[in-house]
Amino acid sequence: MPENKELSTIEKLQKFTIIVIFTLFSPIFTFANPTISAIDTANAGKSEQHAVHAEAHDQVKPEAFNPGTMILDHVKDAHDWHILDYTSNGVSHPLSVPLPIILYDNGLHVFMSSKFEHGHAVVESKGNFYKLHEGHIYKTEADGHIEANAKKVVSNAAPLDFSITKNVFALLLGAVIILLVFLTASKGYKKRGVGAPKGIQSLLEILIVFMKDEVIKPSVGKHYAKYLPLLLTIFFFIFINNLLGLIPFFPFGANLTGNISVTLILALFIFIVVNFSGNKHYWKHIFMPDVPVALWILLIPIEILGVVLKPFVLMLRLFANITAGHTIILGFFSLIFIFGQMNIVAGYGTALFSVAFTLFMSVLELLVAFLQAYVFTLLAALYIGSATEEHHHAEEHH
Amino acid sequence: MELVLPGVGLTFWMLLVFSLLLFLLKKFAWKPILTMLAERENSIEEALKSADQAREQMAKLQSDNEALYKQAREERDQILKEAREMKDSIIGEAKRSAEEEGKRMIMKASEEISKQKTAAIAELKGQVATLSVNIAEKLINNQLSNSEEQQSIIAKQVNSLNNNQQAIA
Repeated sequence: MPENKELSTIEKLQKFTIIVIFTLFSPIFTFANPTISAIDTANAGKSEQHAVHAEAHDQVKPEAFNPGTMILDHVKDAHDWHILDYTSNGVSHPLSVPLPIILYDNGLHVFMSSKFEHGHAVVESKGNFYKLHEGHIYKTEADGHIEANAKKVVSNAAPLDFSITKNVFALLLGAVIILLVFLTASKGYKKRGVGAPKGIQSLLEILIVFMKDEVIKPSVGKHYAKYLPLLLTIFFFIFINNLLGLIPFFPFGANLTGNISVTLILALFIFIVVNFSGNKHYWKHIFMPDVPVALWILLIPIEILGVVLKPFVLMLRLFANITAGHTIILGFFSLIFIFGQMNIVAGYGTALFSVAFTLFMSVLELLVAFLQAYVFTLLAALYIGSATEEHHHAEEHH
Repeated sequence: MELVLPGVGLTFWMLLVFSLLLFLLKKFAWKPILTMLAERENSIEEALKSADQAREQMAKLQSDNEALYKQAREERDQILKEAREMKDSIIGEAKRSAEEEGKRMIMKASEEISKQKTAAIAELKGQVATLSVNIAEKLINNQLSNSEEQQSIIAKQVNSLNNNQQAIA
């Protein structure tokens, strides 16, 4: 029976994704080898400069709390998963989960990010030397010297960095979770047929049917079925990753959907699909608008700009909304420490308000998580709909 | 500024992972899910349609039943009417034939009576004649003198007797 065969394929895929989850978490098992970057004094002999640097680091007192740095460090990508800083003997140590570094520099270089010791150590790989500087990996000489000008622009060469960064890790985890959830639901449909849905299947069905019948169908028009897989995948990718980003502890809480690279690819898919499915009316609208020919010189560039601008706005909106959400929540938390540094009592007092506000913001962000996924899908569906529209109205000019 | 510049690594991974996710979901999730949803929509629509049909059929059946009932009632009435008519006609016929039979019997009886009476009269006539002859013999025996005068007297006597007899009848 072909049905049973497909069911077993789904089950196999489901098992495979579970294995992938465990593989993803394997870096944690190397956690036993402490990644806590207490400076290994043995490293100090490596190079004079490094030793000096390390010494300077050793003497760092728990520095003054800088909310801007803290928030930016969170919303940006990172090569390891920073969990917290702790202070022992007056020295601040970061506690973080190492992630694999994959560099392409005339051959692949693969090692764990713990080797960088948070930017204090130079890593040698296949005869090349690399150093982590302000979140970026640069190629250096054996001494690890970073050449930077007054504007902090580094002139060292940078290898192509395909590392499993914090966001790549979150992306893989998110994809695996989505796959697992939908394979389970799909299995339910295979098993129960047209019968009543059960469990996670019934939860997803509400969303799928809502997006299909209320959003995609009316926006795209009669050819909507062709675009359902892409639009539904985009919706659930954004929605689930938004939600995972709101969970404040490892391995969640990465600002994935608030990263411009991620939203860029999502918007790119929409850009490609819209322009490849655009019919003759769509292209006529752009290159031969229904205005006097003299105005074409003005209108055609605007229309061409519009073609790029639509997905560009999609990209920017999602990025800005999610990054803003993470920033606001972290901002409220920062208040506690800003006031706490002034006066311990003020810190506790602020904590009360901050927690209340953060709670409020988190609930709001739950709404935003859905709303942004919804808006992205709705607009994408509208763009596809206007590109594939059959009849042509001269009045419909916008 | 770095925040709004896409990184090479993450862009690459995102392209790879998202394409893969799209492919796998399309093949193993969206296809079965959307097919099944469409199938369910169809089956619900069909169920509603067939329920409507069943209701229509039920109504039709009910009206059919009513018509049948009405027809049966009419037939019953017709049969009853016919039976009544038949009864009436049978009774009428019986009455008529009984009447005729009675009349016929009466007529026969009266014929018989008149026949008997005629026979009786004839017999009586005979006897009277014989009696008269006897009387006449006796008379003759006694008085043979005036035979002719005597004979006419006897005839006169017998005729008057005959007339008397007819008057009686």
